[in-house]
Amino acid sequence: MARHSGSGWTISQDPGRTDMTDLTASGFSACPACDAAPLAQRLAHRADVAQGTVILSLPTAHCATCITDVETALTAHPGVRAARVNLTLRRVTVDAPGLNADDLIPVLAGVGYEAHELDPDALSATTADRQGRDLLMRIGVSGFAMMNIMILSVAVWSGAESATRDLFHWISGAIALPTVFFAGQPFFRSAWAAIRVGRLGMDVPISLALILASAISVYETMQSGHHAYFDAAAMLCFFLLIGRYLDHRTRAIARSAAAELTALEVPRATLLVDGAEQTVPVASLRPGDLIRIRPGARIPADGEITEGRSEIDRALLTGETLPVLAAPGQMLSAGEVNLTGPLTLRVTAAGRDSSLARLTALVEAAEAARGRYTSLAERASRLYSPSVHLMALCSFAGWIWATGDLRLAVNIAAAVLIVTCPCALGLAVPAVATAASGRLFRRGLLIKDGTALERLAEVDTVVFDKTGTLTLGRPTLVSADPLPTGLRPVARAMALASAHPLSAALAAALADHPAADLTDVTEHPGFGVSAHWRGRMIRLGRADWLGLADDEERPTSAAWLAVEGHAPVRLEFTDELRPGAADCVAMLRKAGLRVVLISGDRQAAVADLAARLGITDFHASVDPQGKEAMVADLAAGGARVLMVGDGLNDTAALARAHASISPASALDAARVASDMVLTGSDLVPVAEAVATARRATRRIQENFAISIAYNIVAVPLAVAGMVTPLIAALAMSLSSITVTLNALRLRD
Amino acid sequence: MEILSILIPVSLGLGAAGLVAFIWALRSRQFEDPKGDAERILSDKWDDRPKPD
Repeated sequence: MARHSGSGWTISQDPGRTDMTDLTASGFSACPACDAAPLAQRLAHRADVAQGTVILSLPTAHCATCITDVETALTAHPGVRAARVNLTLRRVTVDAPGLNADDLIPVLAGVGYEAHELDPDALSATTADRQGRDLLMRIGVSGFAMMNIMILSVAVWSGAESATRDLFHWISGAIALPTVFFAGQPFFRSAWAAIRVGRLGMDVPISLALILASAISVYETMQSGHHAYFDAAAMLCFFLLIGRYLDHRTRAIARSAAAELTALEVPRATLLVDGAEQTVPVASLRPGDLIRIRPGARIPADGEITEGRSEIDRALLTGETLPVLAAPGQMLSAGEVNLTGPLTLRVTAAGRDSSLARLTALVEAAEAARGRYTSLAERASRLYSPSVHLMALCSFAGWIWATGDLRLAVNIAAAVLIVTCPCALGLAVPAVATAASGRLFRRGLLIKDGTALERLAEVDTVVFDKTGTLTLGRPTLVSADPLPTGLRPVARAMALASAHPLSAALAAALADHPAADLTDVTEHPGFGVSAHWRGRMIRLGRADWLGLADDEERPTSAAWLAVEGHAPVRLEFTDELRPGAADCVAMLRKAGLRVVLISGDRQAAVADLAARLGITDFHASVDPQGKEAMVADLAAGGARVLMVGDGLNDTAALARAHASISPASALDAARVASDMVLTGSDLVPVAEAVATARRATRRIQENFAISIAYNIVAVPLAVAGMVTPLIAALAMSLSSITVTLNALRLRD
Repeated sequence: MEILSILIPVSLGLGAAGLVAFIWALRSRQFEDPKGDAERILSDKWDDRPKPD
């Protein structure tokens, strides 16, 4: 076949890593292995939940115009009843019975907005949402109580006497007791849970302070005492609940972001039953099943080709950019992408038995090796709880010993517990985390893990993967110059005849040339396209198909165009750099970080890219275990590694690294293994994230310092019995407000 | 001091009205998209007539 005529032409097709977003959007892609089962279950009852409602993620929406554009475009589309953008979550909810995401995504693409389908079931108003509203309600109630009690307390502090004071105390108590009972529940519950397992969480001293303050105040009021701490109890609830809510929101957003990303991939396979095609969930595949794989689709299970010829893109598994020929009898692994011709596959292993499962085991081992990270807040709270209890107990014992007055001693112990209010721990850390993750979210970075920011701040080495991370995994024509002008329309017509990524790149590069009229256009899956033009045989395809020798060691990949009567033309393609890749690498180096490139691709291709980005430290042809081992070696050498990668071959390394980031186009398994996910295609936010994380950690430390300073002043006063409810209220609100304002400095 | 018997109920009543308004706003999901609501007011799309439901 290769020596058909003297004019061999060929496509040595190549780095065609079909863009993952396209795949998922068109519903082809099947998420390999790991998460197939739960996803498939969700899909099963998806139909009833999602009736008529489509939820799309809008990573690029950011302003009033975006809202109007998106809503106008969608409501103008026939069949759409309503569309509502949620800018906070960057989502649009479309009420369109009978339409699905595939109909709506092109509409948004038409007005210039990137959109991805989300699984409504994975995102529906779940427990997280209810908990958030529950916390908000408690914040509202305690805020109301705090303000009203404060009005009455101001009267007492400014000198209300005897009966008036008692009346005000009674009214305060009538507001404060139900409030503490209702609003304090989250603290009481978690304190009780901690005590039962014999630990002292942060909530134990909080609950103790709340209960003690309320009880003493009731007793003092009955005795017509001078001091009541009802305002302190309500204020403590209010500030700490705000901290609790911020914490909850950061976690909920991270969780829903993770669910959102999982929801991006819808695993389906085309099963052949007696020659008829049937769409089934990937999880239901069994060894021995025959499945059909269309060009452009991801292979859902390991198997052997029984029919068809094609080329296979293995970039996500190995990092290679050059496609591999596929012919009957060859074994394929789940996660590879079929490029040119339809294939029939006999499943040999599906789901958890497939080759992907082996990688999962590697990931688990890597995660275990990394160990659990203890956050700053955890370390601080471990110091905080025992010392607060000890101080309260000591002052109680000291005053009993000195005066023998039980009432005074309990009052002082309660004052100690109140002024040591853990505002820095309970409010300042969540406030910083919320500000920092909100800032990163706006820049297109989702944080999945609570300690990720702190770990990111410690990073000193950044390891990049090549294909799909620093590059888009999408070829572009280096130059059209080798192509004689007269042949360009022919080349464009030939390129348009095939869906292969190299053809698409060629067609795009020649977009301003007309397409020539061709006859007998035939695609030869795995080889190229042939046609006749003005009676001459033309071929566009692989070098070996044309009987030509191609130089595998060149950094670029190539297709050949052969026209009878002309010398064959070599068309060079290179993998397009991800936008911002060069800036990102430069920024990281400027910030003093070491940048390393580790790829599974050929030496020549990796060296070329490293040179373009100015990376001197690069390694080529590294297998998945090798990547993990290299990251582990760096860590053993004392480096804190940030791994940025997208492929299955990076998964173990992502899990092993101190912190990890994967682009949204990464495979599900890689995203699950990483701490942060990049939602846009620009790489610059990676460099910014490191800077933001460092600032966030600095803010947290500053906040600890501020609250320690407050305590240094307030605690001795409390122990000495000089703290009145007025001083307690001032100390508590001042420290809460300063730490919150300090945290908000991150937002700009 | 008799004025207190009016002022205190009034102040508590106003506070309670605020609390009820907050609970209503929360229940009718007005805190779902703070950023979007902040931007929507800048759009002149429904300036002349209210958006039909």
